[in-house]
Parts: sequence; structure tokens; C-alpha cells
Amino acid sequence: MSKTLFDKVWDSHVVHKINGGPDVLFIDRHMVHEVTSPVAFLGLKNRGIKVLFPEKTFATADHNTPTINQHLPVKDPLSANQLLALEKNSEFHGISYWGLGHEKNGIVHVVGPEYGITQPGATIVCGDSHTSTHGAFGAIAFGIGTSEVEMVLSTQCIMQPKAKKMRITIDGKLDKAVTPKDVALFIISELSTSGATGYFVEYAGDVFSEMSMEGRMTVCNLSIEMGARGGMIAPDSKTFNYIKDREFTPKKESWDKAMKYWNTLKTDEDAVFDKEIKFDGKSINPMITYGTNPGMGIGISKEIPLAKNQDGGIETYKKSLSYMNFDEGEKMIGKNIDFVFLGSCTNGRIEDFREFTKIVKGRKKAPNVTAWLVPGSHKVEKAIKEEGLLEVLIESGFKLREPGCSACLAMNDDKIPNGKYAVSTSNRNFEGRQGPGSRTLLASPLVAAAAAITGKITDPRTLY
Amino acid sequence: MAYEKFKILKGNCVPLPIENIDTDQIIPARFLKATERVGFGDNLFRDWRYNSDNSPKKDFILNNEKFNGKILVGGKNFGSGSSREHAAWSIYDYGFRCVISSFFADIFRGNCLNIGVLPVQVSPKFLDKIFNVVFEDPKSEIIVSLPDQTVTISKLNISESFEINSYKKENMLNGYDDIDYLMNIKDSIKKFSKTTPL
Repeated sequence: MSKTLFDKVWDSHVVHKINGGPDVLFIDRHMVHEVTSPVAFLGLKNRGIKVLFPEKTFATADHNTPTINQHLPVKDPLSANQLLALEKNSEFHGISYWGLGHEKNGIVHVVGPEYGITQPGATIVCGDSHTSTHGAFGAIAFGIGTSEVEMVLSTQCIMQPKAKKMRITIDGKLDKAVTPKDVALFIISELSTSGATGYFVEYAGDVFSEMSMEGRMTVCNLSIEMGARGGMIAPDSKTFNYIKDREFTPKKESWDKAMKYWNTLKTDEDAVFDKEIKFDGKSINPMITYGTNPGMGIGISKEIPLAKNQDGGIETYKKSLSYMNFDEGEKMIGKNIDFVFLGSCTNGRIEDFREFTKIVKGRKKAPNVTAWLVPGSHKVEKAIKEEGLLEVLIESGFKLREPGCSACLAMNDDKIPNGKYAVSTSNRNFEGRQGPGSRTLLASPLVAAAAAITGKITDPRTLY
Repeated sequence: MAYEKFKILKGNCVPLPIENIDTDQIIPARFLKATERVGFGDNLFRDWRYNSDNSPKKDFILNNEKFNGKILVGGKNFGSGSSREHAAWSIYDYGFRCVISSFFADIFRGNCLNIGVLPVQVSPKFLDKIFNVVFEDPKSEIIVSLPDQTVTISKLNISESFEINSYKKENMLNGYDDIDYLMNIKDSIKKFSKTTPL
């Protein structure tokens, strides 16, 4: 029977099917971070058991870590305690731990692909919803809760019903200054934040085959923001070139053997999806959000939609605009902003820094803007320096911070102050997400750069 | 972790007619720093419930004495966003055992089922009826029966059925968790691990 890419990977990992219930799914790679794991490790301790496959488990510290002076002890005692707990748990269970200061440290969804932990056809989970990032490699990757983290630590399996299948096809060519982030924000604005709930998405078409691996990661990363369990893209020569010779990818004969499997990872021509959606790549503009969920996005030159045109939920819509202190019908272009955040598992990779730098090169940061530039990992940080981007950034009045999740969820000190506007390349514009009272405008690295230079929301096409 | 068995829940509810309530509202990230599951109920809806000086916000429903009960009723797309199970913990630890909405985000729904909070999805019309009845009279009784898979508005004498898979239903009725199940098939998991391609 014809199968989709998702079917092929899922079905080959089902250990056991329960009648009228979930599948027992075997997990190839388990990524662990400090925030959602301590209670799970405590569960193992209470049962008196050890991690079943420590070699399939990888731990890094990212959510809670400072992004300046990482060589000093972490000041917040609660954060320090959580980091220490992960270090101790990793040591006790024999898990490789890339903690603060480790050369491989970085955001879990940035380092996984960088070191070849992420591979096509694998099942990958982590106690973090943006685990969907790894789907860019043709893996089934999704976020799980702490009870499930405990399941995977103790049995390398989780129990979940198989999701329905959706394919989003975008053909055509993207316009100048339209980035993968804009593609994702466009899709979410069309589908809403619950439009893909219950589905696993496969992205197909020219736009995704033309896209770099970094770009594919950005798109898959944001799958969760339309409610999808995850998103994936069939592996191709770009995928294989990206992962070849990385530390954890198979070598020599094992590589050849893996390639045989990986070459089968595409949706059969006559395979059927539960839902098919198509868009035209040419119709996508640089995007920006104006509200308090990622579905509230528009082309940057458009006006904020009117409440009466909303499909239900008018009170919620008005509450959202009131939080942002915006009015319906207003233009976004020209609005003053206070902060710019470049980073996160969505847009904290080297390509994002290259794009940002293209716009700021030869220009100066606006004096009213505070900019936080946070690389996704030490490897990204190193590349920024080696490629000469850092010099350009410094020349334009920017500084580079150290790697971590940072202001994306503001668990550390990187908090946007109450009432301030931040153009952020991260993934969520929820109320208070970037700090109590913060107002987030989600956008691409190019839109962020244009805002950093002008101090206002600016169409990046005018500076690119 | 062990949780209370769920059979039939009868009582009042707390209405929150807002759509897309995300897990950052349910529990903001800065309260995720614990290494044990303690104190999460205190920070449920923290920034909607308290001012920055920690005084309660009078207009928020959890600070209104008229509304109480073990059932939380939320607008469409409840629990979107982050996978943090802390959101479900904070709801359970506050004292809720059931959330009713017309639509749930996937990961949140799964987390609830794993820790003993029953997510009950009803039609948008039925949800509106609950909101109307409860705002009219906060003492209106709602009955959620897991064995029958029904939710009833006593005053209107109307019911609607809800879906739950038979495996999860059995778990919640008995207070079992998935790890017990998985631990029992550990040998076949180990055998399976030798057959995977990666």
C-alpha cells in the first residue's frame, strides 16, 4: 500500500499497537534540557531504575542559562539548581551532557542537527514543543510532556495515537527579502494557531526544495504554532550533504547502509493525505505579527485586520489588540519599537546572522533600540566570528551575547520590560512571553534588522 | 506520578471564556524553575491573577469567590503553545480535575491525560450554554461522567457525549499511568531496539 513519508517513519517504529488506544512508539533520539527533565529523573529515582538507553539520550542546558558572563556562577539560585540537577542526573545515568561552558553547548534544536544527532527517518523527541525543528531532515520529531520524558528515559518509548496527515505544498519562487520565517508566518496566518491540530504536516513543493537546511528548520520549527504535532520535509541531496561527516552521523559502511534507508524516505506518488493545502510562493510578503498569537500575522505593508472581519472570537481579538495597544485598521509600517531580539531555535542559526548582517552592514543601529543578538550555539557563535560578521555587527553598533534560549521565553534575565515593543525572530508573541507586560512582534531576521536600523517597523525590501 | 482516580465529577465550575489560552498564560516560564513538582497551583494564571506587586487582580475569575469548583471551562483552542507539563500540573495542583473546552491543543491534551486532568471536548454550542448558565448562576451544577463519557448541565437537563480512547479511559478510571504499561513490555522493547535502522 502507498505510504506517505510520515507513515514510513512512524510505522517502522511501532513496537506494539493497542486496540482502541495509542501506539507504543520507539524513540531513536531523546534530547533533554534542564527545565522539563528534573521531575522525570525524580520519577526514575522513585522507581529505582536507570535510563534504558543512555547512548540514545543527549542533554544540553539552554532554557535557563544566562547569555552574558557564562564563565561566572549562575546568579539565580533556582536556575543554578536546575542546571546542577541536569548535570548530576546526566552523570548518574551516563548521558552525554553539554552544559554551560561546554564547547558544544547551545539550544537543543540547534545543536542536535549541528552534531548529526538529527538524522532522516529517526524518531526524535524532547520535552520542548519546538522539537518539530528536526523534521527538516525527514525525521518524525515532536515535543512531549514531562511524563513522556520519564517514559522515554525509562523505556525509550512513548504511547501516542498516530496523527492524521496533512501536506502543505508551496510552488513558485519567493520574492526578494521573503525568508523561510515569512513562509511559516504566512502559513500560520492562513491556517490559524489551531488549523493543523491533530495533524502531522509534510511540506512539499519548489519553495521547500529550494530552501536551505537552516530555512527548512525554521519552517518545521514553527509547525507547532499552527497546532500541528510536527512538520517534516523529505530528505534530499541538501539534507545528506548537511549531515555527512558530522560527529554522530554514521561513517563508511554504516553511512552507505543508512543511505539505502534514507533514499526510501519520500511520500509515494499515490499516497493519500487526510488534508492537502496549496499556496503560491509568489503571494508571500515579508510578514509581521500584530497580536498575541503567532496566527495574528500580516504582510508588513498591510493594515491590522478589523475585528468585525474575524471569524468568531471577537472579544478575544479585541483583548489581544488592547494588550498590544494597537487599533484595528492601523498600518504596522512606521510604528516605533524598543527592542530587537535575533536568536532562538527558530532563527538563531548562522544563516539568520548572515541575513541580519546583510541589512545592517554600513548602517548604524538606531539609538532608541536595544538589540540582543543571541547565537543558537557556540558553533554558530564561532562561525559568526570566523566569517567576519562580528566585525560588521560591532561596526554598526551591535554586540553579540552568548548562546541560549534567552529572551524567547525570558526564563533568564533577558526580559523585555513591561509595555515595550520587541521585534523578535523567535516563535511566540503570547502575552508576557518575553517578560511580564512585554509586547512581541514576530518577524524574520531581515525585518528585525530593518527595525534595528530605523527604530521603526520598516519594510526590509527598502534596505535589502 | 500517582493521581486521583476519575469517575464522576459533580459540581460547580470556573468559566474562562477566552480563546487560545496558551500555556504561557496558564503558567509563565519564569515559574518553571523547580526540580520537584511542588507549588505549581500557586502560580496558575499568574499574570492574569496577580498584579506585579503580587496583589490579586480583582476582575480575574479565580479571584472571584462566587466561582469555584473542580471544573475549569475555557474557550476554543485551550492549552496551545509550549509542551510544558507544568501547565497541566498547575491546573491539577490548584484543584481542578477536569477542563472543558470546544477544542484543545494536542500536547496539552496528552499531558492532562497523563496526570489525571480529564480534557472534555464539547461542541461550541454546548460550551456557550455552559458559559451562559454559569454566569447566570455560579452555583449551576455540571456533571462529568467518565464511565458514560457524558457532560450534563443539570439545570437545563441537557447532556453531550465526549470522546476518549478506551485505553486512556481505563487508565483514568483506575489512576494508572503509561509507564506501568511500558515497564511491563520492556523486554519486547529491548528486542525491538535491535531491529531499528538507526
